[in-house]
Amino acid sequence: MEGIITLLIFLMIIAAIISLEIKDLLSSVVSLGAVGLILTLLFLLLQAPDVAIVQFVVEILSLVILIRATVVRDETIYNKKSFFLRLPIIFFVFVFLTIVGFSFKDLPSFGKPKYKLAEYYVNNTIKDTGAVDVVSAIILNYRAYDTLGEVVVLFTAILGAVLILRKIGKSNEKE
Amino acid sequence: MKKNSKNNSGMSLIVKTVTRWTILLIILYGLYITFFGHLGPGGGFAGGVIVVLSFIHIILAYGKDFVVRRINEYLASILETTGGLMFLSIAILGFATGIFFKDFLGQGKIFSLFSGGIILPANVAIMLKVGFGMLSAFLCLILFSLHKGE
Repeated sequence: MEGIITLLIFLMIIAAIISLEIKDLLSSVVSLGAVGLILTLLFLLLQAPDVAIVQFVVEILSLVILIRATVVRDETIYNKKSFFLRLPIIFFVFVFLTIVGFSFKDLPSFGKPKYKLAEYYVNNTIKDTGAVDVVSAIILNYRAYDTLGEVVVLFTAILGAVLILRKIGKSNEKE
Repeated sequence: MKKNSKNNSGMSLIVKTVTRWTILLIILYGLYITFFGHLGPGGGFAGGVIVVLSFIHIILAYGKDFVVRRINEYLASILETTGGLMFLSIAILGFATGIFFKDFLGQGKIFSLFSGGIILPANVAIMLKVGFGMLSAFLCLILFSLHKGE
């Protein structure tokens, strides 16, 4: 199981690098879709069907919007940097990977979570809420206040999108 | 509908026919995922996005003009705000009986559709909120390009 997951993660990294580096915009969007689909497979293998459904569906929606917004416009901005300008980036990535490599020793092993809070949810969800699905019970009953904040954030984001994308203002309509 | 299929807007006749046959199934699957969110995987977010993907399916297959005449962004924003207010009113009704987001409906029988208290109406509210919010953003992208072309 861990071998398959590692293979899928490497495929995902390769697809992400391709989508960053390729010049054709449509090919870039297609390889971005490959990243999302491999991520869906990973969630399914890790036994999280809730997250897999949401990832799959949102991936399709964002691909449609990306193809409509970027590929149809065909505005390519491509500036190539020289190797010496990329040296500090490579240096900081190296430092970051070193620190991450040291901190991997303290992480709990695969499939054995450190926090015991999840056991409470798995044992007591049906008794507390009457719902069978633990994820829905957590996001809509135990942590419903968090979901209310998420709803407000989404409302604000869409309000901003509508206000910015609207070409005709209210004052122009009356004239 | 036969009058519109003669127009050149949208995709070919094959795509339009397949869209006409599958669109209700897609909407039904979105509603199923929403209403059975407390009994299996899924929930309001995924269901709302699936319902909106069916609307986007119509937009892509039949062209802009077919859809903009029937669904405008005003209707979409009204439905979106209805979802947000439904979720907030569930919270405030719980506050009226005790605590904010208190489960005031009762648990019901396990494994039946009407169980889990406030989870089912909250799923429906989030479905309206997320789905029609995304639809109004997508409609704004389309209307913007319409005004730019004129």
